[in-house]
Amino acid sequence: MNDLNKRIKAEKPIVRIKPSTHCRVKQPVRTPKRFYGHGIAGVDLESLTGKLIVVEGADGSGRSTQISRLVEWLEGSGHATLQVGLRHSTLVSEELARAKQGNTLGRLTMSLFYATDFADQLENSIIPSLKAGFMVLADRYIYTLMARDMVRGIDENWLRNLYGIALVPDVVFYLNVSTRQLVERNFAKHQTLDYWESGMDLGLSRDWFDSFTKYQTLLAEQFSKLQKIYNFIVVDGDRQIDEINSELRHRIELVLSGKC
Amino acid sequence: MKTVAEMKYPGRLIAVEGLDGSGKSTQIYLLKRWLELQNLKVFFSEWNSSELVKSATSRAKRNMLLTPTTFSLIHATDFADRYERQLVPLLRAGYIVLCDRYIFTAFARDTARNCPPDWVRGLYSFAVLPDITFYFRADLDVSLNRILSGRPELKYYEAGMDLKLSNNPYESFKIFQGRLLEIYDRLAEEYNFFKIDGNLSIEAQQNEVRRIVNSKVDLSRYKLTM
Repeated sequence: MNDLNKRIKAEKPIVRIKPSTHCRVKQPVRTPKRFYGHGIAGVDLESLTGKLIVVEGADGSGRSTQISRLVEWLEGSGHATLQVGLRHSTLVSEELARAKQGNTLGRLTMSLFYATDFADQLENSIIPSLKAGFMVLADRYIYTLMARDMVRGIDENWLRNLYGIALVPDVVFYLNVSTRQLVERNFAKHQTLDYWESGMDLGLSRDWFDSFTKYQTLLAEQFSKLQKIYNFIVVDGDRQIDEINSELRHRIELVLSGKC
Repeated sequence: MKTVAEMKYPGRLIAVEGLDGSGKSTQIYLLKRWLELQNLKVFFSEWNSSELVKSATSRAKRNMLLTPTTFSLIHATDFADRYERQLVPLLRAGYIVLCDRYIFTAFARDTARNCPPDWVRGLYSFAVLPDITFYFRADLDVSLNRILSGRPELKYYEAGMDLKLSNNPYESFKIFQGRLLEIYDRLAEEYNFFKIDGNLSIEAQQNEVRRIVNSKVDLSRYKLTM
């Protein structure tokens, strides 16, 4: 992985975006899949022919913008895609939303609620789509859930066991954006800071801005710990949208050609 | 994992486990009455009863949306909610907490559904162990008869229908309960359950339960002060 990172750096991605309207559609090269831990009984890993591409990053790091561009590009190149995100499943999302409104959940309960939601999506969207040969683009994955929990003092080993059910993605990008930029983007998007994204439940500060800054710093620390364990590719998210996207495409091309 | 006493919490945790129809709910109810009538600080909690999680669980079960993994996780969520908000605060406040089913129910059911045993145990590793776990063990036929004699409407997951053991809910229920019994027997050894013979009369069982509680818990410490 590290060698590969070096090689990619040396190659320097091209910043120009090519429209992919080639007539010939390339077949992605198959690479073996595995689970992080015990996995899910009854899943035939051999049958998962699609690719799982994960984009991680804080709220306002530009994940959804990048993903929608990637979808366009992948579909233009002839690949079927599926987008998944956290809290999109129908199993517990209603209760989760209700609980967040009232902020009545303990940290373990919250953690398990999210894990249930994740498992539901994994089994009912991600795995079936990978089996059907889709490119699955995940707007966040287990790492966000783990980082949030770790900031709240939940044991890392407990989390690693819990998320042993997860499939190892073919590639994970982490959009790294400075806290200052995050604040600006959050204000541009919502005109206000979000209670949870500011970690107000942690009591870091009564002041929302202080709390947001502290919370995002704590999250970034946990992410960098996770980055070492799970080997994700850190992408400088402070750059222009196109520039970031072309780096992502370049790396996804390597994934599609089985080199990554 | 440590027991409540080992955690140095002032409260005590007593759990009952066993198959449906083993008579455990009757026994824990009688135990609760006995303790209450002595004016002790007692609290009773049931498996799968968190208000918050219940609506999700019932909807998911009704619509048969659960896989073994999500079945396991949604029950762990329910347990965690009761654990964090009720059980731990009560144990720290010095209550005798009675649980109708505890984490061993999850160990048994999830393992019977082929979830990896280590994974399931890991999920519940945050939980404190009971000071006393009663295991009500009746012969399989006795338990089955108690449940099935009224020809009840068996629920899909209760009958283990999701495991495709049989198309007949009653057959499926019998096979599933048989599997659970085997797992419970193994857990009983590993976690030193107090085994109560569920074939005995209600009175004989309750006598045994009270005797064990009396010998293990200094009840005088749990008097209500109000």
